[in-house]
Amino acid sequence: MKKDYLKEFPRELEDEAIYIIREAAAQFDRPAILFSGGKDSITLVRLAQKAFYPGKVPFPLVHIDTGHNFPETIAFRDKLVAETGLELIVGLVQDDIDAKRVVEETGKFASRNILQTTTLLRTIEAHKLDACLGGARRDEEKARAKERVFSVRDDFGQWDAKNQRPELFDYLNGRIRPGENVRVFPISNWTELDVWNYIREEKLEIPSIYYSHERPVIERNGVLWPYSDFIFKDADEVIQNKTVRFRTVGDMSCTAALASTAITIEEIIEEVIGTSVSERGTRLDDQRSEAAMEARKAVGYF
Amino acid sequence: MDVFRIATAGSVDDGKSTLIGRLLYETNSITTDKLEAIERASQRKGIDFLDLSLLTDGLVAEREQGITIDVAHIYFNTPRRKFIIADSPGHVEYTRNMITGASRAQTSVILVDARKGIIEQTHRHYFIANLLRIPYVIVCVNKMDLVSYAEDVFVKIKNDFLELSASLPNTQQQIVVIPVSSLHGDNLTTRSQNMAWFTDEPLLTLLESLPVPAARGSFRMPVQLAIRPRNESHHDYRGYAGRISSGKISVGDVVTVLPSGRSSKVTGIHKNGIEQASAVDRESVIITIADDIDISRGDMLLRTGEEPLLKAEHTAFICWMDSQPLDTVKSYLLQHGTQRIKAKVIRIEFVQDTATQQQLEAASVKMNEIAQVKLKTAKPLPADAYAENPANGTFILIDEFTNNTVAVGFFE
Repeated sequence: MKKDYLKEFPRELEDEAIYIIREAAAQFDRPAILFSGGKDSITLVRLAQKAFYPGKVPFPLVHIDTGHNFPETIAFRDKLVAETGLELIVGLVQDDIDAKRVVEETGKFASRNILQTTTLLRTIEAHKLDACLGGARRDEEKARAKERVFSVRDDFGQWDAKNQRPELFDYLNGRIRPGENVRVFPISNWTELDVWNYIREEKLEIPSIYYSHERPVIERNGVLWPYSDFIFKDADEVIQNKTVRFRTVGDMSCTAALASTAITIEEIIEEVIGTSVSERGTRLDDQRSEAAMEARKAVGYF
Repeated sequence: MDVFRIATAGSVDDGKSTLIGRLLYETNSITTDKLEAIERASQRKGIDFLDLSLLTDGLVAEREQGITIDVAHIYFNTPRRKFIIADSPGHVEYTRNMITGASRAQTSVILVDARKGIIEQTHRHYFIANLLRIPYVIVCVNKMDLVSYAEDVFVKIKNDFLELSASLPNTQQQIVVIPVSSLHGDNLTTRSQNMAWFTDEPLLTLLESLPVPAARGSFRMPVQLAIRPRNESHHDYRGYAGRISSGKISVGDVVTVLPSGRSSKVTGIHKNGIEQASAVDRESVIITIADDIDISRGDMLLRTGEEPLLKAEHTAFICWMDSQPLDTVKSYLLQHGTQRIKAKVIRIEFVQDTATQQQLEAASVKMNEIAQVKLKTAKPLPADAYAENPANGTFILIDEFTNNTVAVGFFE
């Protein structure tokens, strides 16, 4: 492969992320790591361990569980919690549906993605979290490219994109009023490849769905949807068994599969280098409109 | 692999977005789905070319108005380096965003329209690059295609710019002027066929070959927090975590803790339990010392004998960033390193007109204005002059009531 330069991880990014994680620990009373079970949040957990070693990671993990997860992700989450000894807080979207705080979407393209925000904000409030560390990266999406490292959210979790605190040099200003909270993004400056290279160098375990496997899928407009109880199938749609993997870990109802035979981390990296589609291009939640991400962030999505 | 940080500034019509778009395109850094999204958005806006500004102007308001409001971060790799571009708006009313974008840059790329030459905005961009002492300034004289690739047009603009740079105080910057056409790709990634008279490196080759500037100044490390595990295997362990802002530290060095002034010997430097003999600027480490002295967040570790003068009165340039103007009656929180203390601006020396370089008398400093002021801090600070140690020579002001970051400052 000629693009070997794309397989190097710039160590400076790790130093920067560790600095940010320590700032979060120092500036907030009750920070937590938002943990989705995806590669970015797995990377965050590793960075947090490094930031405080030989001390303990001073954050619990928060998982917003839509109930539409890949079972492999949940199994991975529970294993990681057992191995690290970190506290796990789970916010169930189902609880908000049952309490009629949110109404589930219906139809062929229904997803619980948008409902997560209510559960996230309720969980933040219930546990009095004043900061949530997330694995979002600026290269993922154009609205995220504008996000601060310390992103202040108001009492309603809202992001005011046009009125963000300036961030200069290494200064991170986490002063907030009671009720407000801050989303902290330590790997803001990492790209998808940086994360994969880091996972390879650090030998991090990741959920099995990132690797190629066989699974039933439905093909819709050229997109491979993982077939599960969570999606509607039209009578004329055919379930096929295909060899696929996932490039991001979201809900089963909004994450497209990728035809792939990559079974090692090296093969995944080769594939990411060679691809002509961006990472969020496999996220059906982002395809809804041009400003889908900004609109969701504005109301409290992370 | 190096990380190289670039700041660009400019408005829609000077071709800045096209220039960045082209760098991404020619280094294979845009994926097809992103390109297609831009194509769709361009069509919806009723334009028949690929509007590459849509790549960087990520907010709805920016796309609607066709302007850059906030700093966007853009990433691309070449075999030599990982590049991070902080792309910021160029208008005077966004000076604060420009400074934000430039604050960590190693190179400032300034665009000049070949048809217009040096204009007010060029003065402003360069003033900021100069104030921040960004090590390299690359001036791209753009739209050379619209002046028939004429050498004399370029030479005149180049000379005008060098004259401007000679009139500003910080002359250690390395300045390079390149004639380009971002629309046609002249002198961006490959040497232009249309300007045989220009024999220097094209922009990307230059960006790849500029040496990463060494951080100036002696060892300084603001302490972020103390690590005290109190577990069985590390019962008496006490380490101090921080990111080294400048200089180098080795095991065996004697350090002083400021403000307490107590000294001790460095017994260990480690990352994730892995010991290293020394560490340099930008590394996040944990340092252990021989003696049990009280160190906590806000303190600074320095090498004994290299301490800066502790001062409670300071002269500084500030850029005001809040819609509420500076109030000299009120006190603010000043953050320097990891320390936050009360501070007050006791005198405004002058407000700087960044376009004409005039120094104006003023009773206050408004948003986007740059001023020289005298400050008083509640306690003496271990700060360096920005010119000598940029990493330890800056501060921010925070409004205690709104919690906003209202200003950034540079100690004289």
